[in-house]
Amino acid sequence: MFHLTNISVAYDDKPVLHNISLSIDEGDKVVLIGQSGAGKSTLLRKLYDLQKRQAAFIHQDYALVPQLSTFHNIYMGRLDQHSIFYNAWTLIHPQKRERDEMAPILDALDLTDKQNERVSELSGGQQQRVAVGRALYRNAKIILGDEPVSAIDPQQSDIVLNLLKHHAGTLVLAMHDVELALRHFDRIIGLRNGHIAFNLLRNQVTDAHLTELFNRA
Amino acid sequence: MLRTSLIFIPIALLCVFVADIEITTRDPWGELQRMAWGVLTPDVSVLFTFRTALLNTLTFAFCGLSLGIVGGSILTFFFHLTPVRLFCAFIRAIHEIFWAFLFLPLVGLNPICGVLAIAVPYAGIFAKVYAEILQETDRRPLRGLPDQTQPLSRFLYGQLPVAWANIRHYTAYRFECALRSSAVLGFIGLPTIGFHLETAFRESLYAEAAALLYAFYLLIASLKYWIKPKLVALYLLLSFALIPKTIHFSIANITRFFTYEIFPWPMRREGFLSGSSDLAWPLHDTYLWFTERLASAILPGIWNTVILTQIGLVGTGLFAILTFPMISHHFFSRLTTRIGHIVLIVIRTTPEYMLAYICVQLWGPSMLPAIVALALHNGAILAFLLGQNANLIPLRLDAPKTRVSRYLFETLPRIYGQFLAFLFYRWEVMMRESAILGILGIYTLGFFIDSAITEQKMDQVLLLIGVTALLNMGIDTLSQRIRKRLHMTTGSIKTTA
Repeated sequence: MFHLTNISVAYDDKPVLHNISLSIDEGDKVVLIGQSGAGKSTLLRKLYDLQKRQAAFIHQDYALVPQLSTFHNIYMGRLDQHSIFYNAWTLIHPQKRERDEMAPILDALDLTDKQNERVSELSGGQQQRVAVGRALYRNAKIILGDEPVSAIDPQQSDIVLNLLKHHAGTLVLAMHDVELALRHFDRIIGLRNGHIAFNLLRNQVTDAHLTELFNRA
Repeated sequence: MLRTSLIFIPIALLCVFVADIEITTRDPWGELQRMAWGVLTPDVSVLFTFRTALLNTLTFAFCGLSLGIVGGSILTFFFHLTPVRLFCAFIRAIHEIFWAFLFLPLVGLNPICGVLAIAVPYAGIFAKVYAEILQETDRRPLRGLPDQTQPLSRFLYGQLPVAWANIRHYTAYRFECALRSSAVLGFIGLPTIGFHLETAFRESLYAEAAALLYAFYLLIASLKYWIKPKLVALYLLLSFALIPKTIHFSIANITRFFTYEIFPWPMRREGFLSGSSDLAWPLHDTYLWFTERLASAILPGIWNTVILTQIGLVGTGLFAILTFPMISHHFFSRLTTRIGHIVLIVIRTTPEYMLAYICVQLWGPSMLPAIVALALHNGAILAFLLGQNANLIPLRLDAPKTRVSRYLFETLPRIYGQFLAFLFYRWEVMMRESAILGILGIYTLGFFIDSAITEQKMDQVLLLIGVTALLNMGIDTLSQRIRKRLHMTTGSIKTTA
């Protein structure tokens, strides 16, 4: 699915990722951890650029349209699969077909009673669940997520992460909550200063690895 | 910033020196008394007599505005292309009245002429403002859309909803402008309220004029109560249904206009004398014709237009800076600011052209009425915005107690940047208006255009309107440069220019 060899990324001549080599196969569920600024978001965006067509992306800032309803924001996940006329008509008048298709997602994310509300009226956690809902509704083979549960309370975080793992063929998330990440993922990639510090299975990750990763140097 | 702005004052003083400012009427005070009496004793019965004109004012505005929105929306999508941007700048640089002059020989003096005269320049304005609004809206939501989404779907879901509130707000404001334009078009003969206002003023029937003006103010003041999103479609349908459709289209006429009448006279002379519509290409004669126009109309017209604009600009600034405290609670009690509000609203609701017309009745044609009209109308708009912004400034507890020092040290310095930005923004609008005021007998470009219209010399009309448009585009560019160099932003003010 993803095979990176010696990839470097720089913004304004400032290197962010150095010589990253990485393989992620179809069906892999991977989490990226590391301090802020370690390059997690940049790596995710790089992965997205490589598989734009079949990937859904959950943005750290949700990238929602606050003026539109929950329904419309989630519907946006499939804008590329309909004609402009159908999209325009759905904007004015949501169709039953889409409502039905969306119902299980809304239900799982506890958003059913919010589907006609403007996203700007929702709480931060609810907005983040809408962003997750859009990625799920997209029905993409790959789901990439940048801190997709950062604003969601602990119990719901588990539900949302399980949903993502269940729906995504291939899943790559960036998370800052290490404990949560270790609980949910079998494969952990640690990033530090734009380098891959480790790329291990969960049972291989030791406290020393983590201390090293989060140790300010 | 302060220094740049102060340069404009000596320029304006020099302009006053060369400007033709005099009172030529015999009894201005007597006339003013009669006007005042008319204002106090409005003849409301005329509103019934002229009900069609009142209705026309509305329907012209509705139809013109909606066509302008459609045209402007389409142009917005291509606004990144330089030719489109220039085209929009050109069509909005020509005033509604001049557009009416251009459509007059094509479609005749009828509603279509009025509607098009509003629709065309408004399309240019909408294209620009919509494009700016879209450019300034948050682009982050766009990143959330699937990569392969078609551009129009991207726009509908990712941009339009985000920009919608601003677009709606600006469009609603433009409706008020369209009503003013529609009324003013009556002054050149279209069947709106302005037509009867002009007659009433010309014949000194001030009671009638006052009633019509009151009706106009009422119309605009009540907009917010009856313009509801759900009703707009209904109003539109009604407008298109009610607008008089007495059009005498003649394709032959239109063809003749474009293939013959607009060409310089020397090119047409031979054909004219031999009774055909043939064109010749006498280069030297055409060049002479052009230099003659340059000396007799273009240069004096530009000279006077620029002079009037510069005096008007400084006049506007002074009026605004002196009157904004009238509506600020930092300076006056609630009652006084209320009254101040009403005064400013009445002045800004009256179009420059009407104000100038009234002043010409009082003082006779010279630059004086035009200056007063420009300064009052634009000054009132600006004072209103400045006052509102001044009210947002939190005063510290130990702020100076006297009004004068509070004004000089607390309020004025903080709003001066916005004040200048808006004034520069308004520069181009005022130049458009200065040109138009020529129709009232002041020797700006409009005077020469009006004379050419009277003599039915369409070649000269077209040349002069073209020159006027280029002059406006020049000022627009200059003002943008100055604003950019001084890093000025009007902030929220811009949408009301």
